[in-house]
Amino acid sequence: MLWLLLAVPVVAGLVALVLPWSVPRRMLLLLTSLSHAGLTATCLLRTPPAVWGGWLALDPPGRVFLAVTSFLFLVVTIYTVGYLVRDAKRAREEPDRELPFADAPEAIFTGCYLLFLGAMTGVIVSQHWGLMWVAVEATTLASAPLIYFHRHARSLEATWKYLLICSVGIALALLGNFFLAVAVRGVPGGNVHLSIACLESHAGELNPLWLRAAFLLLLVGYGTKMGLAPLHTWLPDAHSEAPSMVSALLSGVLLNCAFLAVLRGHALLAKAGMAEFSQDLLVLFGLLSLAVAAVFIINQRDYKRLLAYSSVEHMGILALGAGIGGVAGFGCLLHAVNHSVAKALLFLAAGNTLAWSHTKSTLQSRGVKRVLPGTALLWLIGLFAISGSPPFGTFLSEFTILKGIVDAGRWWVCGFYLGSLSVIFVGMSAVILPMVYGEPTGSEARDQLPPELQTSEQQVGLPAQACAIARRHEPLWSLAPPLLLAAIALVLGVYVPPQLSLWLQHAAASLGAYR
Amino acid sequence: MWFDSVLVLIVLTGLWLLGSSRLLACIQAIALQGLLLALIPIMASWPQVSLRLGVVASVSLVLKAVVFPLLLRRAIRTAGIRREIEPLVGFTTSILLGIALWGLAVHIANRLPVDSPQGSSLLVPVAVFTVLSGLLLIVSRNTAIMQVIGYIALENGVYAFGWAFAIEEPLLVELGVLLDVFAAVFVMGITIHHLSREFDSIETDQLTSLKD
Repeated sequence: MLWLLLAVPVVAGLVALVLPWSVPRRMLLLLTSLSHAGLTATCLLRTPPAVWGGWLALDPPGRVFLAVTSFLFLVVTIYTVGYLVRDAKRAREEPDRELPFADAPEAIFTGCYLLFLGAMTGVIVSQHWGLMWVAVEATTLASAPLIYFHRHARSLEATWKYLLICSVGIALALLGNFFLAVAVRGVPGGNVHLSIACLESHAGELNPLWLRAAFLLLLVGYGTKMGLAPLHTWLPDAHSEAPSMVSALLSGVLLNCAFLAVLRGHALLAKAGMAEFSQDLLVLFGLLSLAVAAVFIINQRDYKRLLAYSSVEHMGILALGAGIGGVAGFGCLLHAVNHSVAKALLFLAAGNTLAWSHTKSTLQSRGVKRVLPGTALLWLIGLFAISGSPPFGTFLSEFTILKGIVDAGRWWVCGFYLGSLSVIFVGMSAVILPMVYGEPTGSEARDQLPPELQTSEQQVGLPAQACAIARRHEPLWSLAPPLLLAAIALVLGVYVPPQLSLWLQHAAASLGAYR
Repeated sequence: MWFDSVLVLIVLTGLWLLGSSRLLACIQAIALQGLLLALIPIMASWPQVSLRLGVVASVSLVLKAVVFPLLLRRAIRTAGIRREIEPLVGFTTSILLGIALWGLAVHIANRLPVDSPQGSSLLVPVAVFTVLSGLLLIVSRNTAIMQVIGYIALENGVYAFGWAFAIEEPLLVELGVLLDVFAAVFVMGITIHHLSREFDSIETDQLTSLKD
């Protein structure tokens, strides 16, 4: 079963790379994500037996992350297929139009997209540190071509930074793996290898100094991939330049996978009785990420960068929750689920907006409500869902983390956490609300004006009639997937299904969060 | 004795990388470093070389001494560039920094509570030095090619560390790691190709349009 879960996306991805026809390729894309979701559902209902000598297994934390990954991937794929069809149609109908950029061949995009799913599944089901490293590096390599889908200078710059920074970070994580191996050498009896279960059962006998150094390297390595400040520098660039559905996946799924790797390191230290060391580091990185995100969100002029910095913020919250432990450990897993749903929703809304306004500038994309009423609704729901307002899921999880902090009596942390959350809420609203409710400036009409008139026109806005003309048709594929996510974000706020709650509790317990 | 000379040669290739402005020379240096690196596990466990070790060492040899140099040469051919013109840190300074890094590496290695590294006491400092020199190359050089070379040096250092402790990872994991490193350099090579087309240069100080 687990083999199938890995093999389906990988094989389909390789096939998609060489398949020359676009319609069957898109069918393959949909079918693969459907069957991956189906397989995941089967695995969730009945835990599959471990394979390959226990190296591949679905443990409790893996269950939560696999469910989120597979489900989000399916929802986003529906959007992706619509997006690809629209882009191809545009290229076909207006071959002479001066395009600002060309797209990468769709075969490469689809192939890498599916391989990316395979690599992320690999991270989640690996029960061996070496294997997990291989899978995390594979996610970087598979997703780099996705960021460079729209071929222009900025996306290329983002791709280069992503590749280099993440590869260097992950190389340090490999050194961390080797440090783990050195920590194992002193264990009497020998024959301890780097499988997660085996290390945890011998955790008490590992060399503490090497283990601590190993955790530091793993945290820096996988933390780079997760986007924890100050190692987050690749994240805003990659998230803002990638096509929006790819940003949704990077933010909603990939960051979670890296977080899982960090959590596993934390669990190992907790089992070895050195929880304090890893907890302090996680809290430190968490608070730093919150602070950096707050600073860059205020006055942000680019709505995709805004969402990217919000991802840095939420990764900070996750690290903070994991570091505090106790009930916050449960809260941070719940928050990982909520953040994925809400952030994917927002990035898809951003994709719709970008397709209309052709700019990521918040000033020039005003008037979403007039032109794209459905997307405007998504922006509003997304804003409240991501900033932790009731009745959305993030409220519940952020509140749980707050309770954990208060329980632990960390008053400084508590104040800092609440302060940054409120600053970020105000900052995000100040950017998003004018974008939604402002007067449209009619980007196409404005483009034809001479530059000196463009600014004045921006201030005046277009008359209502022009808005009616400009109102775009919003196809179903661009609204249904994010609306579904919006519904889930809402439901998770008022009702966490008992089954999900049980999985989260098991996951938190197995990660040592309850100690 | 032979073993120690190989290790000293690895340090010299590291300094060569730091001091050379010609990209072709740097590619030769990194190829030589890869070759010497593949010798370490063989020499450390001579004469009982296990099959696993032989396979890993030869795959690593082919990748680092043959495939990577070919990929990098192709990249500089398409980019039409021969030299690193204006590094952030000059070449003389880089060499001096490299020597300082060697001192730091020895210091770190002395402080590490090591029970028994294989073969030679030089192995750990050499590994640490190679990691540090790779990091220095990445942050101080301007052309994308030199940054990739720095990444390979970093990876070489990490590997040398693994071999210093004869860390036995299962063969498949080991090959997976090598495959990933290969894919990373391959994808970076393609990206460099695009960079040279898009910007007419591969100097990363031109990549400044994304910022806050």
